[in-house]
Amino acid sequence: MSNPTLVMYEEEFQEVNDVIERLLKEANAKVIFLVDKNGQLISGVGETERFDTTSLASLTAGNIAATGGLAKLIGEKEFSILFHEGEKDNLHISIVGGRVILVVLFDNRSSLGLVRLRVKKTSEELSVIFEKLMKKSEEREKRGSSDFPFAEITDDDIDNLFS
Amino acid sequence: MSFINYASREINCKIVYYGPGLCGKTTNLQYVYQKTAPDAKGKMISLATETERTLFFDFLPLSLGEIRGFKTRFHLYTVPGQVFYDASRKLILKGVDGVVFVADSQEERIDANIESLENLRINLKEQGYDLDKLPYIIQYNKRDLPGAMPIEELRLELNTTNVPEFEACATTGEGVFETLKAVAKLILVDLKKGK
Repeated sequence: MSNPTLVMYEEEFQEVNDVIERLLKEANAKVIFLVDKNGQLISGVGETERFDTTSLASLTAGNIAATGGLAKLIGEKEFSILFHEGEKDNLHISIVGGRVILVVLFDNRSSLGLVRLRVKKTSEELSVIFEKLMKKSEEREKRGSSDFPFAEITDDDIDNLFS
Repeated sequence: MSFINYASREINCKIVYYGPGLCGKTTNLQYVYQKTAPDAKGKMISLATETERTLFFDFLPLSLGEIRGFKTRFHLYTVPGQVFYDASRKLILKGVDGVVFVADSQEERIDANIESLENLRINLKEQGYDLDKLPYIIQYNKRDLPGAMPIEELRLELNTTNVPEFEACATTGEGVFETLKAVAKLILVDLKKGK
């Protein structure tokens, strides 16, 4: 399959959160999200409760997909950074390790230059973590241990969801 | 593909509603949105033109409940049905876990149905998927219209692989939840197998 199931474990989740928490402070940002390219929210730090994070994740992924399509049309592999400037708030969106999307929301307490600088360093750290995560999943698969947490669920369990 | 988060104990899956223009994909989602309890759904997003034709996609996040302590969430997407939006359709199929093909039962739309179904196969293949290996359901929509073709004829043209099928009238909601439940179940069963 072109896009295997993404599995996030406690350990890496904590590592990812530590890294983006630090970025939040260093870049003076309001909110930071990590989104899977398929539109699933992986994590968010900062003033997340003020936003509809699920919608934000889906639209960000759509945005990245659309600009990725544009990039291919002009012979580029992808546009790895997108920047949206608003009256008060701005969005800096970048692709990390080819698979994950890092979204930084900031206002005039920060600047594009600062965000770009800090994001660059953070991207490298995140890439390492996601690389590790992928390897972990692959190894588990090789060992034959399923990543699926409810391999033993019954048809009744599934039916109960819909009752 | 699906996203399993052990830290937040969640499983996220993506369902795409596919089909020709004006077959009722958005209407399916709108009905699900209207009839779902507020705590089980997120905001429905429609990226549409001024004439309410889908431009990029509709999006509706649903959370169905828990299985063995894991929250199951389904993200429902529609594609733009109009032929010339093919580039956008391809993008939406990325990471799909299950597909609902919404067919327009009217006789004059049979060619559009066939064309859209072929387009679905091609676009999936480009992303490395095989429709015959994906959880996949057909919904025959607009059964209430006078020009609706008999099910046997539709089946002959559209359901050659004999996948689960449902009759529907998305405007009144008939068959809408049956379709959704069936595809969600197929996805979970598929995941259970560890595919």
